[in-house]
Amino acid sequence: MRRFQPTFSIYTPRALGMVLTYLVLILWTIIVLFPLYWMVVTSFKLPIQVNSGPVYLPFVDFQPSLHAWQYILFGDLANDTRRQYINTAVVATTSTILVMGIGSMAAYGLTRFQYQPRLGMIVSFILCVVLAIILALLRVPIALAIVVAVALFVIVMLTIAKRFRRSLGNNDIAFWMVSQRVLPPVAVVIPIYVMYQQLGLLDTWAALIITYIAANLPIVVWLMRDYFATIPLELEECAAIDGASRYRTFWSIVLPLSVPGFVATFLFVLVFAWNEYLFALFLTNANAQTLPVSIAAQNATRGPQWWYMSVLVLIMIAPVIVMALLLERYMAKGLLVGAVKG
Amino acid sequence: MTKSILSCAVARDAAAHDNPALTMDMIQTQDVAQSQVASAPLQVTRTASLRERVSVASFILPAVFIILFLSIFPLIVSLYISLSRMQFVRGGVQLTFIGFNNYAKLLFGLDQTRFLGKFGEPNIIGWLVIALVIFSQVYGFVRYFRDSRVSVIGVIGRSILALTVVGLAALTVFTLSENGRPGTLWVTLFYVYVGIAVQYGIGLLMAYLCAQHIPGRRFFRVVFLLPMMITPVGVAYMFRMMVDTSVGPLAPLWLAMGLRDVSWVNNPWTARAAILVSDIWEWTPFMFIVLLAALESMPTEPVEAAVVDGASKWDIFRHITLPALLPVSTTLLLIRMIEAFKIIDLPNILTSGGPGTATESMTLESYFVWRALDIGGSAAVAYLLLIVVTIFATAYGALIRRHVEVEY
Repeated sequence: MRRFQPTFSIYTPRALGMVLTYLVLILWTIIVLFPLYWMVVTSFKLPIQVNSGPVYLPFVDFQPSLHAWQYILFGDLANDTRRQYINTAVVATTSTILVMGIGSMAAYGLTRFQYQPRLGMIVSFILCVVLAIILALLRVPIALAIVVAVALFVIVMLTIAKRFRRSLGNNDIAFWMVSQRVLPPVAVVIPIYVMYQQLGLLDTWAALIITYIAANLPIVVWLMRDYFATIPLELEECAAIDGASRYRTFWSIVLPLSVPGFVATFLFVLVFAWNEYLFALFLTNANAQTLPVSIAAQNATRGPQWWYMSVLVLIMIAPVIVMALLLERYMAKGLLVGAVKG
Repeated sequence: MTKSILSCAVARDAAAHDNPALTMDMIQTQDVAQSQVASAPLQVTRTASLRERVSVASFILPAVFIILFLSIFPLIVSLYISLSRMQFVRGGVQLTFIGFNNYAKLLFGLDQTRFLGKFGEPNIIGWLVIALVIFSQVYGFVRYFRDSRVSVIGVIGRSILALTVVGLAALTVFTLSENGRPGTLWVTLFYVYVGIAVQYGIGLLMAYLCAQHIPGRRFFRVVFLLPMMITPVGVAYMFRMMVDTSVGPLAPLWLAMGLRDVSWVNNPWTARAAILVSDIWEWTPFMFIVLLAALESMPTEPVEAAVVDGASKWDIFRHITLPALLPVSTTLLLIRMIEAFKIIDLPNILTSGGPGTATESMTLESYFVWRALDIGGSAAVAYLLLIVVTIFATAYGALIRRHVEVEY
């Protein structure tokens, strides 16, 4: 453990170096904090104080007012804001919890078991589903399309697919899953839109939750897979000998051991889902609209009303920042554990 | 939160020390896990009982189906849509197959100036640059055929790479010359590569400074982490305020410089700069946090030995720290590159893609085209983006693998 404590003692700078170091660090701190400060200050300004040129210090330059906060939290916009806030919170947390479950199970499977799916089966399965989708797009009744596809799949499986026995390994599957992150969301959003339209799911929580699970799955599989690989096998072997099922081993032995990696990944994915913009923009209208979309839309409808905008952005980022600050220390510990075991 | 990335980066690092053949690319990190699997007694063979096979398969199947149904099938359907004219009719959609028309419109037709840009007349220097690039690529081919074993995949890969390089150089020269105007493709690449280069530079500097033993380092690392948590939409608004020259906080400064009436968002280049600055502000923390963790988990013995031998600080940084950071850095840059290609929120809010289409990224163009109800065209833009990202990511991976192998 000690070896991984930051022991950069020989890097400790001398006087001049110290001064330079602090100058650079403080300069970057100002660059980071000033926009945030400006947003906080703006949220307490009256419109006239914003529009008549910049004023910087509350109580010195200008008299702060709570009018924007009141308007957003209790005034005309309160209902909209509350609904969008609930949408964002529900969609982000639900999708994150689900994707952590699905993703870490897959990651665990990929580090501990050996999968050998046959290439012929995969290809024929994909082709049959594509056939069903295209038939559906060509306005063939959906039931008929499914029956045709299933029949074709069974026929292909019983005849041609047997000849192609080449199978894929765990690495291929993992690479395939992780590489989905390369996919720009905009390349898949149109078919997803049409699919939800057909299923009547447009503008609902479910639509966004399912989409976010798919979008974040690659990250979870990738990060958790590396983490599980650092956990020693012995405990699981003991559990297996004692007769625990695979699920039970995973749930009561592996997960508790990987809490630090789990928390870090959870936070990462939560931030992605909380801030997601593109899918929400395409897939929601009014009911399930999330905060990023609604904040962006303020621009078009009302022109830049900086004071309201600042409040909205602040209440939106507050929970994520609080969580990040609370979990920062916890994750640092997790990192050290990972480093030692690695 | 990114600590976990770095935890893998660190784990991978350790593995790299044991196994020199292991390079640090996303694809190959899996070898660590694989070697464990091979020796695992939990292995499942085809003779295992049905129940066993079902329980093993159930770990991975949900993920497989979700990716199949929300990534793979939509991707295939999207290809079909990009080859058709699509209209929303009552109860569904109507597709008319029109071949490559959507692509032709973007690359050669009506939308060429928007997508590729407007071609100007290059001066003599421009032509020289193009000639030089073509020459270097031809030379590369000659050397490849002369020196190494030639394989089909090698030739195809190199051809694609050479065409990309030449095309990119030509596009840059033509659109940046007199009377030219860069299109969304070039602007997207500009955001991605200038952005990640600056982010990496600042991130590395800050990580290096914060890795020193100085009072208050905890404060700095928490503060430096903040921008990444903020929603890009919020960042865009923040920077709209920052660059506002009449009511923004920097207004007195503009006034003093006699720039009162110059607005950032009305000039193509300053508008792009504004987007670039906000992107850098937002994503430098990501580089910072991963590099910091990598620095802190570095063994100190080589540095101590170098100090004893009287190496200067710069020597230590150049010959010990940087090479040690190389594996983590390559992965880090790859991740950022992939994510940066998806940029949409910042240009949409900050400039709405304007003036004209000067600051549009490809994703934003795709969204605007979709909003104009040209759905096939939108899918075509998205597909071209996918192709561009794939080519650049693959080329990056191939180049890195060659170089890292040479150095290790």
